Amino acid sequence: MKIVIKLFAGLRDRAGTGDLFIELPSGATVKDAIDTAQHNAPKEWTAPTSLMAAINNEYVGFNAVLSDGDELALIPPVSGG
Amino acid sequence: MIIITEQPLDPNVLTGAVRDDTDGAVITFEGITRNHNDGRGVEYLEYEAYRPMADEKLQELMDEIKDRWEIDKVAVAHRIGRVDIGELSLVIAVSAAHRRPAFEATLHFVDRLKEVVPIWKKEYFEGGEVWIGDPGSERTTA
Repeated sequence: MKIVIKLFAGLRDRAGTGDLFIELPSGATVKDAIDTAQHNAPKEWTAPTSLMAAINNEYVGFNAVLSDGDELALIPPVSGG
Repeated sequence: MIIITEQPLDPNVLTGAVRDDTDGAVITFEGITRNHNDGRGVEYLEYEAYRPMADEKLQELMDEIKDRWEIDKVAVAHRIGRVDIGELSLVIAVSAAHRRPAFEATLHFVDRLKEVVPIWKKEYFEGGEVWIGDPGSERTTA
């Protein structure tokens, strides 16, 4: 299956891109997607400990299972306001 | 009312949107770019938002405070892009029949916004830049 990963703020800077299109086996989790994305980005990056994830605009845990066509957002510590 | 915009914010638009003859109180919170942080001079800030998730999370927070406090209407505006010193990055307006729930709900809204709404600020300080909350992102230009 194919998913799109969105990277933001300092994470995007480290990875060298804000959008990654990756191919994963069915049943893959958020953690699997992050592992793959770390090697597929223009620059290899490491996940900060406080990283959050959202599938299709809803926060999920790293064990959440992905579906074909999902948009997975990797969200470093937010700092609005 | 939820606004995420690159344009300067006008608090009067938000207070006007929440005010009603049944309300005895309107609380307005203004978040402003200050000229210092962490003991160093700040030149300006730059905000980015993940949309539409940011809009959806703001809506959820509005629903949350309306459930929890006796308030009437809520309006929020967040600026994105470059925000200069003295300019507004955030405006929240909450109306209620009485002041106390409006004060409490407004404070809660700001606190939660800073935890769950996918908006980030980058600080351009004297001699460098850093994403706030992500110290490893700091770069110096000296």
